[in-house]
Amino acid sequence: MRIMANQRSQSFLPLDPAWKSLLECAMVEVFEMMAGVRPEVIGSPEGEPRGEQMAMVGMAGALCGMTTFRCSKAMASKLASLMLGEEAASSPSSARDAVGELCNMIAGNFKSKVSSLANHCMLSVPTVITGDDYSISAVDPSEGFTIAMTLHSEIIWVTLITHV
Amino acid sequence: MKKLKVLIVDDSSVMRKIIERALRQAGLDLTEVLEASNGAEALVEVQKGSLDMILSDINMPVMDGLEFLKSLAGIDSAKGVPVVMITTEGSEARVVEALSAGAKGYLRKPFTPDQVKERVAPLLGVNL
Repeated sequence: MRIMANQRSQSFLPLDPAWKSLLECAMVEVFEMMAGVRPEVIGSPEGEPRGEQMAMVGMAGALCGMTTFRCSKAMASKLASLMLGEEAASSPSSARDAVGELCNMIAGNFKSKVSSLANHCMLSVPTVITGDDYSISAVDPSEGFTIAMTLHSEIIWVTLITHV
Repeated sequence: MKKLKVLIVDDSSVMRKIIERALRQAGLDLTEVLEASNGAEALVEVQKGSLDMILSDINMPVMDGLEFLKSLAGIDSAKGVPVVMITTEGSEARVVEALSAGAKGYLRKPFTPDQVKERVAPLLGVNL
């Protein structure tokens, strides 16, 4: 809390286009290390992120915004089973917890790859939303980008939103 | 091999299971694995005694890992029990703070079973 208060009077770091490849790298590393699979990057994803499970991790400090992770319920169950074993596939709470933790690790791994953020940006604990008819809008001024990856023929979306 | 009783502290039940899985994959003989979802719950388990190791997340609701670590200083049953902090964040400052407060090591998420073995085995005096 103290860091957030002190940082409010400072300007936030602008979105750097180079961060997109770092976020992709962070996502692939997390999947390889925690789920034992390598998702494939989609160069130019079409449409908006969709899927019934979405995790959000807030970011505060030098970068103010959030990282989101969105996929289908089926993919969330698949990811839980990859991380914990087959028995987790039938547990909705494990699926929710898995996407929350993946989002948390992707945000943290991304942050550690940006030297100006590593010690100057804090992460919130993850929040997970379940549903299919909603979209996320950040209060302006904000900017961001979305990366999409395929795994087992399904798309997983990760978005970084920053306030400027 | 020495049989071990460990406490895993993380607000994510998935992560607690992943950590336990990684410890077993590393070759540790775990006889009992206690779980807590925040520092306050963990303190209750610590006070029961007879732990061989504590692995704790830093970023948790209710009582975070650093506050939990500092609270251990006043508990007799925690004396000599190595604590490994687990963090998602790449913040060296928080790692340094944890080590200064008495943590014996740290792991950064994501991690591999090999990384778990490298960090944990020396603290338990086991040869894996």
